Amino acid sequence: MHRFANPARFLRIANAVLPYTAGLFAVTLLAGLYYGLFQSPPDYQQGETVRIMYVHVPSAYLGLMIYSVVALSSASVLIWKHPLAEIVARAAAPVGMAFTFLCLVTGSLWGKPMWGAWWVWDARLTSMLILFFLYLGYIALSNAFDDPGRGNKPAAILALVGVINLPIIKFSVDWWNTLHQPASIIRMDGPTIASEMLIPLFLMLAAFTFFFLTVLILRVRSEIAATKLRTAMASGLSVRDNSKDTSEEGATA
Amino acid sequence: MSDFLDMGRHAAFIWPCYALTALVMAGLLVSSIRSMRQNEKLAEQLKRPRSRGEQ
Repeated sequence: MHRFANPARFLRIANAVLPYTAGLFAVTLLAGLYYGLFQSPPDYQQGETVRIMYVHVPSAYLGLMIYSVVALSSASVLIWKHPLAEIVARAAAPVGMAFTFLCLVTGSLWGKPMWGAWWVWDARLTSMLILFFLYLGYIALSNAFDDPGRGNKPAAILALVGVINLPIIKFSVDWWNTLHQPASIIRMDGPTIASEMLIPLFLMLAAFTFFFLTVLILRVRSEIAATKLRTAMASGLSVRDNSKDTSEEGATA
Repeated sequence: MSDFLDMGRHAAFIWPCYALTALVMAGLLVSSIRSMRQNEKLAEQLKRPRSRGEQ
């Protein structure tokens, strides 16, 4: 793992991978939309609203998966003071928050016609809302100081404490009486969804994953450049006035 | 085709889901590319302290 820790090596690998993640995203997205909107049948109970599942479930999955990425990176920030892990966590968190938001809104748009309510304070929905606020807290803390080095540690601790919410979300539908339906894909006795619906669902899950990888690489590149800029600023080198500053380093800031 | 756009009685719930998802994903992609280009351009200028600011 430490072999990939060096930002320069990471960038070399990431840039080689980027065209593939972007290409696979485009292909799986188009296929997923084709199967989801044209090829899959309406549900016998939910009618056409079952198609909301093809964006709702992948959004929920990314919201949880990205939180695990943020938490694992935060752990290596705290344990090894890993600079790249810090960058990955900062780059991933806003993406995870965006997908948690999408999960909540698309769920709400499905809930209104199917349950008759936009929102219920059910265990699954409430724990997902808490995940959204955990992201919000993480992002606010890590940006709370001008020097991001100071905010990263409390943010990492918050991210780790919030991990307790992940199994709560996953098992909320079994532990409590919820309105939300229980797991139907990852089950001991196999999926309970018709294969015509599993195909678009898996395609969209793949598409969302490739989207996250693509955006993560772009954002990590951006953060690496931003870190270089901050270091240079801190050492007194000015970016804007560099044309005048030919004699000595460290004039204006 | 009009059946498809109709999505039964619930088109008003289904299409907003897809539209919002598309909007958020496009927004993430565009803002990530923009900030990457901007930061990498500025960082590049740091490497050549004697060159002038214009590209």
